[in-house]
Amino acid sequence: MARAAALLRIAAAGLLAAFLLMPQRFAPLFAPLTQYGAPPIYDQGNLLDLALAQLGTVCCAAFASTIVAVGLGILVTRKSGAEFLPLSRTLVSFGQTFPPVAVLAVAVPLVGFGEKPTLIALFTYGLLPIFENTIVGLQICPPALLEAASGMGMSARQRFLSVELPLAMPLILEGVRLSLVINVGTATIGSTVAAKGLGEVIIAGLLSNNDAFILQGGLVTGLMAILLYDAISAVERRICRTARVD
Amino acid sequence: MRGLRHIDRLGALLAAIGAAALAWLPFVVFKLNRILPGDPRGLLQVLPAPASLACVAALILAASAALLIAKPQVRLLAALLGLVALAAALAAAGDVLTPLGNQVVRVAPGSGFWVLFASLGMMASDAVTRLRPGPGMRVLYLAVFIAAAAIPLAHGTFDHISVMREYRVNAGRFQHEARRHVLLAFGSLAAAVLVALPVGIFCHRVPRLRGAIQGALNLLQTIPAIALFGILMAPLGALAAAVPFAARIGVSGIGAAPALVALFLYSLLPIVANTVAGLKRVSPAAVEAARGMGMTSWQILAGVELALALPVILTGIRIVLVQNIGLVTIAALIGAGGLGTFVFQGIGQNAIDLVLLGAIPTVALAFSATVILDALVEVMNRKPP
Amino acid sequence: MISIENLSKQYGATTVVDAVSLAIERDSITVIVGTSGSGKSTLLRMINRLVEPTHGRVLIDGKDTAGEPAHLLRRRIGYALQGHGLFPHRTVAENIATVPRLLGWSKQRIGARVDELLTAFQMEAGEFRQKFPHQLSGGQQQRVGVARALAAEPSVLLMDEPFGALDPIIRAKAQEDLLAIQRRFGTTIVLVTHDMEEAFRLGKRVAVMSHGRVLQYDPPAMLLTRPADPLVARLTGIAHPALRLLSLMTAGEAAVPGASPGPTVAAAASLRDVLSELLWRGADSAAVVDADGRPCGCLTIEAILARGRAS
Repeated sequence: MARAAALLRIAAAGLLAAFLLMPQRFAPLFAPLTQYGAPPIYDQGNLLDLALAQLGTVCCAAFASTIVAVGLGILVTRKSGAEFLPLSRTLVSFGQTFPPVAVLAVAVPLVGFGEKPTLIALFTYGLLPIFENTIVGLQICPPALLEAASGMGMSARQRFLSVELPLAMPLILEGVRLSLVINVGTATIGSTVAAKGLGEVIIAGLLSNNDAFILQGGLVTGLMAILLYDAISAVERRICRTARVD
Repeated sequence: MRGLRHIDRLGALLAAIGAAALAWLPFVVFKLNRILPGDPRGLLQVLPAPASLACVAALILAASAALLIAKPQVRLLAALLGLVALAAALAAAGDVLTPLGNQVVRVAPGSGFWVLFASLGMMASDAVTRLRPGPGMRVLYLAVFIAAAAIPLAHGTFDHISVMREYRVNAGRFQHEARRHVLLAFGSLAAAVLVALPVGIFCHRVPRLRGAIQGALNLLQTIPAIALFGILMAPLGALAAAVPFAARIGVSGIGAAPALVALFLYSLLPIVANTVAGLKRVSPAAVEAARGMGMTSWQILAGVELALALPVILTGIRIVLVQNIGLVTIAALIGAGGLGTFVFQGIGQNAIDLVLLGAIPTVALAFSATVILDALVEVMNRKPP
Repeated sequence: MISIENLSKQYGATTVVDAVSLAIERDSITVIVGTSGSGKSTLLRMINRLVEPTHGRVLIDGKDTAGEPAHLLRRRIGYALQGHGLFPHRTVAENIATVPRLLGWSKQRIGARVDELLTAFQMEAGEFRQKFPHQLSGGQQQRVGVARALAAEPSVLLMDEPFGALDPIIRAKAQEDLLAIQRRFGTTIVLVTHDMEEAFRLGKRVAVMSHGRVLQYDPPAMLLTRPADPLVARLTGIAHPALRLLSLMTAGEAAVPGASPGPTVAAAASLRDVLSELLWRGADSAAVVDADGRPCGCLTIEAILARGRAS
């Protein structure tokens, strides 16, 4: 089972790399989807550059949202931040009702077109799952464990770093994973506000009625999302198995 | 008084943010027309002294309540008072700045207004959270809030504000697109429930297939919405071309059909997953007892298993509904209509008011759906049928 | 020795522990027993200051515990609680090493101590060191929990219902192990339980608590024969008080010089077991032998019956 999964992973990564490095080799596959001799492979930009740009945007945003969301999550679950906890909960559930496009659109007048509004939208949108999971992860720590830790003479800081945080880690990582996968998809919409990314390919396809473009943009994005999901799951498994913090 | 003992930290933060916004950020932006960049104005600059001072007084009152009073009822009232004052000031600013009969000049809420609005909104929602209202009460709050917003909007109080200007221009289209939006979101949900429930039950009964089906649905979710919409255009277009009947009932490559199918596909996973999770939650003892009492397997499924799993399934439906309401905005890109039409038009024309005309109702719709369905889930959880 | 002096804990208007004074003997097991809500856990937790007392003080070897930062105090005092409280993300060895690491012991010393403890608890060190708590049985988890509490060689060990989550058979074994461990390491143990049977079995002295007060603090036999309070009598004298009394005394203590043609019994056996043995064999007396099998007196059935009378 594990062997098959590993093979599948390598195959997916290989396919993605091969397509991005030499897309023209795949032209015959996409040709049937085009009409009136339109190009089967996106020709207005380098697919590899676009994919890397999108990945870069997503990772930057995810990095920032992880730091901020985990920090805030820790803050509101401490005794001193307890006053902020009820509101944080409400904000999280309210924030999730915001469609990503709306965040994107509202960010444009603030910072102009290009990468910036996409980064802001992805950052804001990515905060929520991580923040929520951090809070849940830190709060489900069984009281008996906290008491055992205090009873053995751990200071509040030691208790947090060596018991609470490692125990919350799997959930926090799950939040990061969720947020990354959502954001890889959402980043394609960034192209409507002129951010560089694979959305450009899809939108070009929509505008010129070229299904080949739509399909390749979507497939590359989907593959990237799956591989990212898989990579974080692997980190998660590793950490869960050997979580030790000193 | 016990409430005065210490300064509330959340209140201090919100009051500080609000005060900074009032002092340094523009309350409104005055634009000569839709495209030209605006001219920022502060609250005290725009309104005559008595009106602006009344608004500032109300805001100070709200801030003091936030700082010093612990009772949530009082805090809620103070925050609502602040919100009303803020809204009234915005409407008044619109009236003052717009020359009589002028249809071109626009007064848009500035960043100061939005920050103040958000601070007061947070104060109010924090107070509501602390009051711990029951499910019925929360829906009532929502209804009152909607009514409080709808009445002045219908009355024309805000007609000089830019978003309402856009609305007046697009009123007919707005209603059409809003109806479309709701139809797409709920229609795809209904179809998904019809399919996903049996699939979920099937997955629960046949654990060997569970992994495969959920894996496939998981894959589906990683395809970006915008691409899935696009990919579906081709087969549906072909279907419409090949089967005249399909075309007659509205199936075509662009428009609502691919959007509906894509939303339907996205909706499957959360409902299937939650159905499985909900059924797993049902204790084997309850099923055993039902069998022992002579219920048939249909009766057990409907009367025991699904009934007990209902809250979890409803949670899945809530997730899907909120997700769909958001995703429909993207469907506008393939000509499916919906409120996203205004958002993308606004992006294209660099007109923020048009973006807001699409975005605000979408958020309100998703928020209402969350509140109502959450309340429903809570009622179900409290009194298992 | 631990002296608890006039210790009270109030939460708002409710008094959970009410002016309790106890002198806890060194190198023995003292049990605090009581119904739920009697304040026994709170009393225990005030010893390592997991709960800060409202009034009164606790002295360990003459030193006031309030004079030292709470977390440093706790590192000197072992603490084991119900449901073991093992860290699920750490191996058995890492769990046991928690306090020694906090104290900055060297790696070799920690490793040696972990192995020593695992062996003392009859767990093969090589096999168990790298296991995670969820891979252990309930009894094993509980033993690791106690081993962890003993890791830094504390002179005092506090135990809060340590066997509460175990089934009766494993529980009896765990109690036996605890007695053996206590003898081996000579630790002063204070144990809280709601189970009178357990209290009688483990405690050299037992404090019976109710509504925040200590009703009686005496050796088990005294609780049986001279209850200071009707409630103590009700709590202790559940069924067969005479037999229970006999089970508290050993053959060695009751033997008188002489020889007997009857069956041979160990000096460590309880009088209850000896009585049962004699009745079953139809004999009138037994020969008592010590752990090495040397005769050390005899015991008649009349002598045993006399010891079972309340006064």
